[in-house]
Amino acid sequence: MTTLREPDLGTPAAPGPECVALEVDGIAVEVPAGTSVMRAAAMAGVAVPKLCATDSLEAFGSCRLCLVEIDGRAGTPASCTTPVAAGMRVSTQTERVARLRRGVMELYISDHPLDCLTCPTNGDCELQDMAGTVGLRDVRYGYAGANHLDSPKDLSNPYFDFDPAKCIVCSRCVRACEEIQGTFALTIEGRGFASKVAPGPTDFLGSECVSCGACVQACPTSTLVERSVVRLGTPRRSVETTCAYCGVGCSFRAELAGDQVVRMVPAKSGGANEGHSCVKGRFAWGYATHRDRVMTPRVREAVGDPWREVSWEEAISHVATRMADIQARHGTQAIGAISSSRCTNEEVWVVQKMVRAAFGNNNVDTCARVCHSPTGFGLKSTFGTSAGTQDFKSVESADVILVIGANPTDAHPVFASRMKRRLRAGARLVVVDPRRIDLVRTPHVQADHHLQLRPGTNVAVLNAMAHVILTEGLADREFVSSRCEPEAFATWREFISSPAHSPEATEELTGVPSAELRAAARLYAAGPNSAIYYGLGVTEHSQGSTAVMCMANLAMLTGNLGRQGVGVNPLRGQNNVQGSCDMGSFPHELSGYRHISDASVRASFEADWGHPIEDRPGMRIPNMFDAALAGSFKGLFVQGEDIAQSDPNTAHVLSALGSLELLVVQDLFENETAKLAHVLLPGTSFLEKDGTFTNAERRINRVRPVMAPRVGKQEWEVVAEIATAMGYEMSYGSASEIMDEIARLTPTFAGVSFERLDRVGSLQWPCNEAAPDGTPVMHVDRFVRGLGRFVETPFVPTEERSSRRYPLLLTTGRILTQYNVGAQTRRTDNVVWHPADVLEIHPDDASDRGVADGDLVYLASRVGRTTLHAQISERMPRGVVYTTFHHPVSGTNVVTTEASDWATNCPEYKVTAVQVQLVPPAPLTPGRSALDELRAGDPVPVPVPVAGR
Amino acid sequence: MTEPTVIPEVRMANQIAANFRHHPDAQAADEIAAHLRSFWTPWMLERLGAVVAAGGEGLDPLVVAAVDLLRSPAA
Ligand code: SF4
Ligand code: SF4
Ligand code: SF4
Ligand code: FES
Repeated sequence: MTTLREPDLGTPAAPGPECVALEVDGIAVEVPAGTSVMRAAAMAGVAVPKLCATDSLEAFGSCRLCLVEIDGRAGTPASCTTPVAAGMRVSTQTERVARLRRGVMELYISDHPLDCLTCPTNGDCELQDMAGTVGLRDVRYGYAGANHLDSPKDLSNPYFDFDPAKCIVCSRCVRACEEIQGTFALTIEGRGFASKVAPGPTDFLGSECVSCGACVQACPTSTLVERSVVRLGTPRRSVETTCAYCGVGCSFRAELAGDQVVRMVPAKSGGANEGHSCVKGRFAWGYATHRDRVMTPRVREAVGDPWREVSWEEAISHVATRMADIQARHGTQAIGAISSSRCTNEEVWVVQKMVRAAFGNNNVDTCARVCHSPTGFGLKSTFGTSAGTQDFKSVESADVILVIGANPTDAHPVFASRMKRRLRAGARLVVVDPRRIDLVRTPHVQADHHLQLRPGTNVAVLNAMAHVILTEGLADREFVSSRCEPEAFATWREFISSPAHSPEATEELTGVPSAELRAAARLYAAGPNSAIYYGLGVTEHSQGSTAVMCMANLAMLTGNLGRQGVGVNPLRGQNNVQGSCDMGSFPHELSGYRHISDASVRASFEADWGHPIEDRPGMRIPNMFDAALAGSFKGLFVQGEDIAQSDPNTAHVLSALGSLELLVVQDLFENETAKLAHVLLPGTSFLEKDGTFTNAERRINRVRPVMAPRVGKQEWEVVAEIATAMGYEMSYGSASEIMDEIARLTPTFAGVSFERLDRVGSLQWPCNEAAPDGTPVMHVDRFVRGLGRFVETPFVPTEERSSRRYPLLLTTGRILTQYNVGAQTRRTDNVVWHPADVLEIHPDDASDRGVADGDLVYLASRVGRTTLHAQISERMPRGVVYTTFHHPVSGTNVVTTEASDWATNCPEYKVTAVQVQLVPPAPLTPGRSALDELRAGDPVPVPVPVAGR
Repeated sequence: MTEPTVIPEVRMANQIAANFRHHPDAQAADEIAAHLRSFWTPWMLERLGAVVAAGGEGLDPLVVAAVDLLRSPAA
């Protein structure tokens, strides 16, 4: 057995606090009531042989290898399925059980290839270990009888092999797919000797399998094995780190041979994922060593010029000189920076520090502007801080789950698996979404209510729910009177009780039948534990901030805050959205969400940094673009973001970027933004970074380097050197020193350090004197702001409406296998599942336009046009089309507009009036993307006067 | 690609006003002013101020009132 394997106690922990004392092989042990004999033995240091049991799955009792003898009991019970009892005396190593175990092993091995020496998992195989453990020396049946040794391999999945010849039919894979992942893709077909594992009537790739890897991890043999292990051999060492994709923030063990990653295995100790993963984190890490990576700094005078590769010294001094020169000619405010939610807290921290201390302004923003800035505004206004209220585990105690504007099975898959487990166990579900997302109906889960609203009407729907709860007397009066501001509540009560907010009054507008909405509201109010989970379908609207406040109002009204199983929970898109916001990346805030106008907060920074800080807000990303077009903003530093692809209204973004004198991009790849840059600084992948990410549950996780930075410098070093070259001395000996500075200046991080994180694994902020071990659930006895504040939430419809010329509404989203602009996932085998963005369209809308499934169509809005393949889909309501933005070729944001959230300028990605048309014979020039066409100045976006606007 | 004929600040300010319109005018103007002060960079406030100074074309009257409040020494 390799030393890499995490300890496996055989069966899951029993929850109860009550303890039971017993003896295993003469060793006394105390365990929680309900623990299995197998687990109790493991806790006493006695490993009972096993094959079908593993502690991530409920005991199954099929292999009969774990037999033991128990004093006073007849026979030889299976230790995995036998619960402990007080005073029990267990013997795990008697002559009788040894003989029985050898017999069991003999049967298994007689139908198993004896190719251990050449098997990919040689040395990392539980069957091999157990044969040794039970002392099997001979197989009396010979190997000539009926067997499965000729079964063909299934190599259809790009990441793992399925070799049925090696299967012992222990069902661990089937159970992992059901219990852990909740996909139910695998079955045991046939009975007795003929039984075998199968992904339905097809191969793995064609099946329901979502390639999460849970079955591969559960398999005790080489039947299901990572292809990278087949290719590279078994790993020799491991480093615990954090996934660099989504906001779930799964912990992984990077398993290596030398400094080559062999596989990423989800860590059982990970607070966010507890041993589970999705296809992205588990398998799609190959981009880190992709040949497209930029390895050397590059500089050019003009965008049309060829790149010149230069030394780090030259690149850094070039950036510093040019930035300073722009400021000398155009003023202090003429430059700024955008930080990235894909970077560590430490990397983001130095960027905002560079802006505030070296640039001398507050022109720093982060990509969260375009996703969760309304969360910051809305939750701060109502609760006092910008943070999800719960840890992920909390969902296990929820009775009613309200999912709005989020598609967790695609965008937050590991959390979705937890949620589905709770739903299978009986929690009720309300989904609010224009599209019939998978969660509405998935194996053994069926939403009680799917409120299929028109895009852009979240606020009207949420207000109607609050109206129902209040007017039907379902509010939690005790919570409201003891925990919330009475005056604000009185004003709000008057506002929301207005008949204008009733579901009947808003039904026509929202498209949600009033009876259905009333029923959903009653269900949410009844709880007793009701939890809200939301995503970008809430925030990326012109009323995004209002909708966040609506949800906060609902939770306060029903007392669903301050304990397990409840709360208001943003599901964050990128891995470090929470962290980059926490770190003071917004132009109006210093770290920990403290307004820039607060003199005492500024004073603490000024004392520590030895530099004055501007007291007025700086520019947000869209403001930077506007100012660039107006000619007053000239220099921009972009950290690890592809704003040219991810930000709305591409034509507008491209002309803004094109009007800059200096665009500096720090990234792994020459992305769409870098194509317009004057300086390209190579970035580091998560496998090289040293730092922390903070996930959607405020959990600060360590990111540990498994190799030295391939480009020679950490990203924070580069930024610090630019600041220093601009005249503000910034230097750190290590990333941990940066965290020490963060902790010193940010009260909610006061108790955080690398040393502490390495000791305890992870911490959820606030972590300080008042909460030394962090805070899994917030607002327990009081809100961060003291009393919770109800805020009136008028529904102000977006100006983006369908019209005669643009009769459909486009909404955008993500899919499981791709991530954001796809810069990473497109450079992995994940393209097998999603080679291109497609346009989902209702059959009626398609047939009205003569569009058939797979046809190439134009998608046009008032700002631009692109082409995509249509996918006819019953998930869509009539009048609404949907696409993703993972591929630059389709350039979805060519059509999205400048409309944005009223409070934060978060773009309204979720509502764009569009028309869809079958592409006549000559489409966009083949081989050229929509972005290329725009860049070449082709008249792709056809501005047309819109009737009825 | 169309160059907007009105500056974006006008559109954004009007949108903010629409979200406070449910309050009495004086209170709404106060709230709009507070929002602008908290979140808008001086460059944008100047551009908005210039539109007001030029007669406030296209601006919601509540925005005009809020900009006046921002200008007054008490703000
Ligand atoms: S594939 Fe692996 S886990 Fe599944 S039944 Fe076979 S041996 Fe067990
Ligand atoms: S990879 Fe995941 S989804 Fe696919 S069969 Fe295995 S457990 Fe199920
Ligand atoms: S759920 Fe998110 S954090 Fe976890 S493995 Fe998948 S992409 Fe990574
Ligand atoms: S491990 Fe107990 S029966 Fe298989």
